[in-house]
Amino acid sequence: MGCTVRIASPLQSYTAGAARIDGRGNTLAEVLGDLEQRFPGIRFRMIDEQGRIRPHMRLFVNTDEARDLAAAVRGGDTVHVICALSGG
Amino acid sequence: MGTLWLGTRKGLFALRADARRRTWKLAGPQFLGHIIHHVVQDPRAPRTMLMAAKTGHLGPTVFRSGDRGRTWREAAQPPAFRKAADGEPPRAVERVFWLTPGHAREPGVWYAGSTPAGLFRSADGGERWEPVAGFNDHPMRSKWVLNGTPDGEFVHSILVDPRDPRHLYIGISVGGVFESTDGGADWTALNEGVAADFLPDPSAPFGHDPHCIAQHPAKPDRLYQQNHCGIYRLDRPGRRWQRIGAAMPKKIGDVGFPIVLHPADPDTAWVLPMDGQTVWPRTSVGGKPAVYRTRDAGSSWQRLDRGLPRTQAWFTVLRQAMCSDGHARTGLYFGTTGGDVWASTNAGDSWRCLARHLPEIYSVTHAS
Repeated sequence: MGCTVRIASPLQSYTAGAARIDGRGNTLAEVLGDLEQRFPGIRFRMIDEQGRIRPHMRLFVNTDEARDLAAAVRGGDTVHVICALSGG
Repeated sequence: MGTLWLGTRKGLFALRADARRRTWKLAGPQFLGHIIHHVVQDPRAPRTMLMAAKTGHLGPTVFRSGDRGRTWREAAQPPAFRKAADGEPPRAVERVFWLTPGHAREPGVWYAGSTPAGLFRSADGGERWEPVAGFNDHPMRSKWVLNGTPDGEFVHSILVDPRDPRHLYIGISVGGVFESTDGGADWTALNEGVAADFLPDPSAPFGHDPHCIAQHPAKPDRLYQQNHCGIYRLDRPGRRWQRIGAAMPKKIGDVGFPIVLHPADPDTAWVLPMDGQTVWPRTSVGGKPAVYRTRDAGSSWQRLDRGLPRTQAWFTVLRQAMCSDGHARTGLYFGTTGGDVWASTNAGDSWRCLARHLPEIYSVTHAS
């Protein structure tokens, strides 16, 4: 399924500066796998080696926060990659 | 006359010296906003450098330069633990903390240490990293390492014996010093004689807190250690560390993070004591920073503070943030958590400030 992926600024070094890219996949895992194919290294900065979303990353499908990578993605959805950090 | 690479909490900087080490020019930042834990030149291929980095948001990784730090490219496969089996606690690298080039006869080999305590090896110059199962999956690992402290425990001071690539030492904070004689397949604790005042059993064989371990390149049987509980020396094949910090002035104590060795003289070393009393301020003792030098393998120590602030200077210098160069008149350098860089080009006899107002300095390393 085609979707839109919004990329937060800390990850845009992987997407040549693009903040919004076209994605493919029926789950978040598939969308991120597709991203990794096109932008090598990007997935590991968001997802650890155990498949968990890193502590300062948040993934949304449209307005719903996804707690794991099994979340469904449908055609036309927007996946938001949000970086959440506090402190100086 | 070389470059000082400064890994900071907010990016990578470089200080470049003229031939006489009198004029230094600050360059950077590169990777502004990235957390740089360690930057290390490859002595086997001096154009190559590796850098351990992450950001506040993004996971940990390693960058590699093939042009002396001008440009950098990320590793294709950064250090990562193996996938956890069912029922096994999952481990993920939180930060790559330490980098060590491998043996001279193994030109592509590098080692990396992480939080949580993990050891990783690359055989291709830092492009692809594999876990060292002999440590990461050692049946004793969960006992050796004090797991789960808020900032995490980590592997540091990865030492490769210049006579034997299979002979390795590592330090774990908190865990102790460990040795492998088979290339990392198995490990044994090497902490006899080291104090561990904080442990329920201070004579335990592991659970210690080495802050920094150094092996003398010209006399590889000689190890020095700056520990949470003192300064030590060990001459192999002996197994019992001697507390050479006992010769430090009592009002200064022998707590600190870094220990730096003279590149040629195995009896000469420098430390930078910090306050380890009560709640552990970890600042310079009394707000009066000083380096201490031994020239007799720790039998005596000399205070070196000429040029350093006389009062109200509350330095903290982290374990990777002090180094020497290979110059005949030894250059010594340290960076503070307050973002200042200090240098001595006369083996510590006098000091001057090279840079101020940088971000918190994590690592100071010298490159040719």
